[in-house]
Amino acid sequence: MSAHTDTIDEFVASEYKYGFVTDIESESLDPGLNEDVVRFISAKKNEPEWLLEWRLKALRHFEKMENPTWPHVKYPPVDFQEISYYSAPKKKGDGPKSLDEVDPKLLETYEKLGVPLHERARLAGVAVDAVFDSESIGTTFKEDLAKAGVIFCSISEAVQEHPELVKKYIGKVVPYTDNFYAALNSAVFSDGSFVYIPKGTRCPMELSTYFRINAANTGQFERTLIVAEESSHVSYLEGCTAPMRDENQLHAAVVELVALDNAEIKYSTVQNWYPGDEEGRGGIYNFVTKRGICKTNAKISWTQVETGSAITWKYPSVILQGDNSIGEFYSVALTNKAQQADTGTKMVHIGKNTRSTIVSKGISAGKGQNSYRGLVQVGKKATNARNFSQCDSLLIGDKCGAHTFPYIEAKNPSASIEHEATTSKIGEDQIFYCNQRGLEPQDAVNMIVNGFCKEVFRELPMEFAVEAQKLLDVSLEGSVG
Amino acid sequence: MLEIKNLQAGIEDKPILKGIDLSVNAGEVHAIMGPNGSGKSTLASVLAGRDGYDVTGGEVLLQDDDLLDLAPEERAREGVFLAFQYPVEIPGVNSAYFLRSAVNEIRKHRGEEELDAMNFLKAVKAKMKELGLSEDFLKRPVNAGFSGGEKKRNEILQMAMLNPKLAVLDETDSGLDIDALRIVADGVNRLKGLDNAQVVITHYQRLLDYIVPDFVHVLYDGRIIKSGDKTLAHELEEKGYDWLIRDAA
Repeated sequence: MSAHTDTIDEFVASEYKYGFVTDIESESLDPGLNEDVVRFISAKKNEPEWLLEWRLKALRHFEKMENPTWPHVKYPPVDFQEISYYSAPKKKGDGPKSLDEVDPKLLETYEKLGVPLHERARLAGVAVDAVFDSESIGTTFKEDLAKAGVIFCSISEAVQEHPELVKKYIGKVVPYTDNFYAALNSAVFSDGSFVYIPKGTRCPMELSTYFRINAANTGQFERTLIVAEESSHVSYLEGCTAPMRDENQLHAAVVELVALDNAEIKYSTVQNWYPGDEEGRGGIYNFVTKRGICKTNAKISWTQVETGSAITWKYPSVILQGDNSIGEFYSVALTNKAQQADTGTKMVHIGKNTRSTIVSKGISAGKGQNSYRGLVQVGKKATNARNFSQCDSLLIGDKCGAHTFPYIEAKNPSASIEHEATTSKIGEDQIFYCNQRGLEPQDAVNMIVNGFCKEVFRELPMEFAVEAQKLLDVSLEGSVG
Repeated sequence: MLEIKNLQAGIEDKPILKGIDLSVNAGEVHAIMGPNGSGKSTLASVLAGRDGYDVTGGEVLLQDDDLLDLAPEERAREGVFLAFQYPVEIPGVNSAYFLRSAVNEIRKHRGEEELDAMNFLKAVKAKMKELGLSEDFLKRPVNAGFSGGEKKRNEILQMAMLNPKLAVLDETDSGLDIDALRIVADGVNRLKGLDNAQVVITHYQRLLDYIVPDFVHVLYDGRIIKSGDKTLAHELEEKGYDWLIRDAA
C-alpha cells in the first residue's frame, strides 16, 4: 500500500563482501566418512594413540545416532558421505616455521578479511590464530603471550606440545555422546584453538581466532578448548567468514570452556558465514555445541553476534557447578533473506547462589526465521539460584518470523527466575520520525536496530563492538531503497 | 516561503483535505485552528510527506520548490520541520547521537561542515541552557520513557538545533502544563526570524497567549473557512466554532 512497506519489502539484496575464493592449491580428502577418514586425519596430525581411539569411539557412536529434528529449522537432509572432511593448503616441505614463511596468498586472504597477520599491520593488543579450512596457518603474538605463561595455539599444536592438558580437558565439558554433531565433530575435528591461562594470570591481550572456510564441498569441524586456571582471566573472540557458493557447507564446531575457581572467561563470537541468497541457495549450516563449566566463584560470559549462515543452531551454555558462579549469555541474532536461526542458551544451576543472565535480541527481516530456545535449570542443591532472562524480537517487514521457546525447570524452591519477552515491529512511525529529521530510511533502520541491540553490543570488547555494529549495518543493507 | 494551492489529499479513498489555499511569508507565524476531524493533522502530515496519504490535487511550493515531489528526508533537509503531536520512541538510541546525526545530515545538505561530537555537544548544551532544558535529556534514549511534556520539549530542542525554514507544530501544546507550555512557546518565539516561518496547529487559544500569530485560520471539513488576525482566536475562544460553521454551510 505505502511506499515504506514497499521499501521494507526490498529488505533483501545485501552484498556479502567476504564471498571471494582464495585460489590456492589444497590437499583435500575425497568426500566420505568412515574409519579410514578418521585415521587419516589423526595420522595427518601425528596424534597420539589415545586421541585416535577417542575419535574412533566418537565415530562409532555417531553412526548409531540420528540427525536431530527438534530445532525449528527446515533444510534437506545432509548427506555425510558427500562431504570432504579434510582440506588444507598444500605445504611445501615441512611447512612454514613461522608466519613469515606462510604462503603470501593466505596472508593476503586474511588481510582482505581485515585480519592482517604479518608483523607490521597486526591488530594492536589482539593475538590472532588463523584457521583456514582444516588447518591453523599461524598464530600471532605467541612469544609475548608465552612470557605471561599463556598458551595460545592451534589445537593440533597443543596435542603435540601439551598433550597432558588436552587429554585432561578435551571432551570433559562436551562429551562425544552429547549430541549428533558433537559426536561427528569429535570423530573428525581438524583444527581450532587452544588456550591455557595459568593460575592467577590475567591474559595480557585479547585472544582471537579467525575461521575461514575456503574449499568447496568441505566441512569445517572446529574444536576449541579454553582452560582458565584458578583466579585467571581471559577474553576471547572468534570471527567467521566463507565464500559465496551455491552448495550448502557444514560447519559443526565444539567449543569447551573450563573456568576453575575464581576464574573468568569472556567468549565473544562475531559469526558472519555466508548466509546464502534470497532463495535460500547456498550458505553455511552452522551446527555448533558450545558449553562452559564454572567452578566456585567462576564466571563465564558468552556474547554472540550472529549475522551469517543459512542455518544456525547453537546454544552456548554454562554449567554453574561451583557455588557463587555466574553465567551470562548476550546474543544478537539476525536472520535476513531466507536465513533460519534456532539459538539460545542453557544455564544449568547446580551450586548454591549461582546466578545467570540471558539477554537475547532476535532480528528477523526478509523471509528470515528466528527462534530463541533457552533452558534455565535449577538443581535440588542450588539454593538461592537466580536467573534473569530477557528475550526481545524485532521484526522488519511482514514475511519474517520470530519464535520463542523458553524452558524452565526448577527443583529448588528458593530459586528466583525472571523471564521477560517482547516482540516489536520496526514501526513506520519510527522510520518516518527519523526521515523527518533528515535521515535516510536505511540509516534510520540501522539506527533503530543498533539501538535495539545496544545491551548486547556493550558486552563486546571495544575493538569489536564497532565491527559488530558495522556488520549489522552491512547485513541490513538493501532493506530500504 | 510556503505556498499551498488548492491542496487535496486523503487516506485511501477518503478525501480529507478538500482544497486548501494558504500563503505563508518569511517572518510570519500562522495559527491553524479548527474542531476535531477538520484535517489539521492531515495537513501537517502531508506537508512532511508521511506515508499513507494520497495527494489527489493541488500543489505545495517551498521557496518555489515543489515540496510534494520530495521524499520526507529531502523535505527535512530543505528546511521543513514537523514537531510531532505524538513524538515517537526509539529505544536504545541515544538522544545526543540521534540529534547529531540529524544536524549533520542537514548541514551536509547545506554544504556546511559536519559537527564532531565535541562541537555538537557545545552547541546543544548552549541551546538547552537557553531553553531551560536539563542536560540529562542527551543521555537518554530518544523519547523512550519520556513524559508527555518531556517529549514535546525534546521536539522543541530538535527544532532549535535544526533551525528550519518552515516549522510546523502539530498540537504541540496538547497535554502540557503551563510551565511546559511556556518552554515550548519560548522555543518557538526564539526561532522566529525574518528568514523562516512557523505554522502552529492548535486546538486551544491558550497557546496563542504565548505565541502571538500574525494570522489565524480556521480549518473545517478540509477547507479554510475563515482567516483573520490574532483577534479571531479570541473570538473563537468565546464563541466556539459553530457560528463559523453555520456561515460556511
